Amino acid sequence: MTDIVLPLKGLVVLEFCQYLSGPSAGLRLADLGARVIKIEHPEKGEAGRKLSIKNLWVGSDSLLFHTINRNKESFTADLKDAEELQTVKQLIAKADVLIHNFRPGVMEKIGLDYSTVKQINPSLIYAEISGYGKAGAWQGKPGQDLLLQSITGLAYASGDQGDAPVPCGVSIGDNLCGAQLVQGILAALIRRQKTGQGALVETSLMESLLDFQFELLTTYFASGQQPVRSKISNANPLLSAPYGVYATQDGYLAIAMMSLAQLATAIDCHILHSYSQSDAFAKRDEIKELIAQHVAGNRSSYWLEKLHAAGLWSMEIMDWQQLSTHEGYLCLEMEQTINVPGADITTTRCPIKIDGSRIYSGTPAPLLGEHNQKIQEEILSEHLFTQPKL
Amino acid sequence: MKLLQDIIVLDFSQFLSGPSASLRLADMGAQVIKIEKKGTGDICRQLYVSDVMIEGESTIFHAINRNKQSYAADLKDEDDLKKIKQLIAKADVMIHNFRPGVMKRLGLTYDDVKKINPQIVYGEVSGYGDEGPWKGLPGQDLLLQAISGLSWLSHNKDKKPTPTGVAVVDILTGTHLAQGLLAALYRRGALGIGGLVQVSMLESILDFQFELLTCFYNDGGQLPQRSAISNGNAYLSAPYGIYKTADGYIALAMGDIPMLGKTLVCNELDSFQDKDEWFSKRDEIKNVLTEHLGPQTTAHWLSLLEPAGIWCSEVMDYDMLMQKDAYKLLHMEMEVRTGAGHTVRTTRCPVRIDGKMLDSTLGAPVLGEHNAEIEEQFSVTP
Repeated sequence: MTDIVLPLKGLVVLEFCQYLSGPSAGLRLADLGARVIKIEHPEKGEAGRKLSIKNLWVGSDSLLFHTINRNKESFTADLKDAEELQTVKQLIAKADVLIHNFRPGVMEKIGLDYSTVKQINPSLIYAEISGYGKAGAWQGKPGQDLLLQSITGLAYASGDQGDAPVPCGVSIGDNLCGAQLVQGILAALIRRQKTGQGALVETSLMESLLDFQFELLTTYFASGQQPVRSKISNANPLLSAPYGVYATQDGYLAIAMMSLAQLATAIDCHILHSYSQSDAFAKRDEIKELIAQHVAGNRSSYWLEKLHAAGLWSMEIMDWQQLSTHEGYLCLEMEQTINVPGADITTTRCPIKIDGSRIYSGTPAPLLGEHNQKIQEEILSEHLFTQPKL
Repeated sequence: MKLLQDIIVLDFSQFLSGPSASLRLADMGAQVIKIEKKGTGDICRQLYVSDVMIEGESTIFHAINRNKQSYAADLKDEDDLKKIKQLIAKADVMIHNFRPGVMKRLGLTYDDVKKINPQIVYGEVSGYGDEGPWKGLPGQDLLLQAISGLSWLSHNKDKKPTPTGVAVVDILTGTHLAQGLLAALYRRGALGIGGLVQVSMLESILDFQFELLTCFYNDGGQLPQRSAISNGNAYLSAPYGIYKTADGYIALAMGDIPMLGKTLVCNELDSFQDKDEWFSKRDEIKNVLTEHLGPQTTAHWLSLLEPAGIWCSEVMDYDMLMQKDAYKLLHMEMEVRTGAGHTVRTTRCPVRIDGKMLDSTLGAPVLGEHNAEIEEQFSVTP
């Protein structure tokens, strides 16, 4: 970590975001070396400060807020107050990137929409996230993860045929949307390096979740047939038997794609030999049922040994307790400690390694307005954001 | 000017994780050249198959590899390897997702390649990182979902561990790779130095669960408990989830239970005034909701909920979604023409730049389609 040159060092990002989609983008940019400043309302702060899961709190902010907003600064301003808005514009004039995830129309009302802001700073990368895009009947709908999973068809990809639609139990729309935004921002910064030109980068939860399903959708466009979840052990509606999760005597086994003949031999399931490879799609449920009956008769480790010996793709299903004590997890050193006054928090680090080094940052999430004075002084001294860029 | 104009990417990767990263770079304007094995090509051309085919290859291959070129080479053949090194000398980025050790045998590790091209940005994808007991195992999406705990987060309590039915690990790993490559390209623009970017599927799928894992780490290692009914997120209170109606399904996100009761004219919900109970008694509340929502249509419930500002939505499959104006207005679909001349309908890049969609009509290449063109562009000598 000591000799690593963080790639975004010196860049300044202003984050006008709440909850997860925008702030997760801010977090990634911070971990890669940018200085990320949250612009928050002086009294209320970012709404995510008060959103908790499992009722876990660290001081007056939720643990969730600390998870998403570590390694950032906080500057408060009431954007409806003319004088404070002016101060924010001074910051924007010197910033490299601005991110927001307000609903369409909000930034226009405040007077910080792209066409206005680019007058102050033509080389700014202005990045925005909406729920459903900025046109049409849905633009005013709440851009909330579960709702977007529900309308984009994603909930029909998981679970078995006959089950109600099953959403992914993680905020996948928010997460992917934040990731797409980061890609757009970084590519725009690369162009700016060559041309000096700023950019408007837009994405939405809806577009991000449709992009996520690009394999399923392309298949749907080609066939005109909706994806069909298998009746047993569905793990991807596009894929044939044996792809899925099966119960064993003492747990569960994930079995990925492989030829039926190899599987039959590896696990001594002779009846499978009577199926040809083309049956893997046509008789998917029937074959999966036979596999399910067969593997239920022994322990996961027993099967795993046989499958791995044959070079076939299978792993045991693990929970976090099993995973977090396993050497395969421990060697990644994925956890890091954040020193919040009065309480150390353990969280995950950035998943990207640069020049062979893992990226850690123990800087905690900011208190509301924690960096007001420092940033005010920078404004007055006219040294605003003049730390050397790369 | 396109964002990544004049950036040349050599993509040695196969399947989905690496190729999804290079797809995004291609969308943003980079020239992406797939380096594929002579004769067979990217394994995805044959192995990772849906039962819907285009030109004898799966729809999946076509979705992932549009807007790319193909250069066929046998990396074990000395002459071919020599040519590949000439390409590497002039490339900006290279990507691979071979298992640890393969590039070493070929003499194409970052350390090797740096000698030919010190400014290259070298991206590497592994399944489980490059050390530890799992490093040699296949990095396949379902297997990573299996070991990372992810499959214990979706579906109801009495159900088996349930994987997400889309290759979520591959896609997230691809986004992280693209982020790292772009950040390193930015640094190269400033400092003139190359860089090594490494991601693994395991780290990426752990990062994806960061909110929930952080709870687990700080809450004494308690495992997630999926709700028994309409589980939408193991960590959230009622009503969060999907409910059956008389003619379909409705999704309810976070909401105030008594207010929801009033809006739905469901008096039983009045008794849940204590916010803490929305979590501790979530199955009880969800049961009340299930009984109440079942007899009436989705449209009926939406007509009550939407005016009250409650976060809700109809649950749609693709047939339903495609009929909606809001979907059509996004113009998310585009047609590309493959190297063999077929038209394929697929989705576009989800990012817009300067108000414009990033569409491209170029489809997936035929194996080796661009060998001559690329050798000319790079002035390759035998």
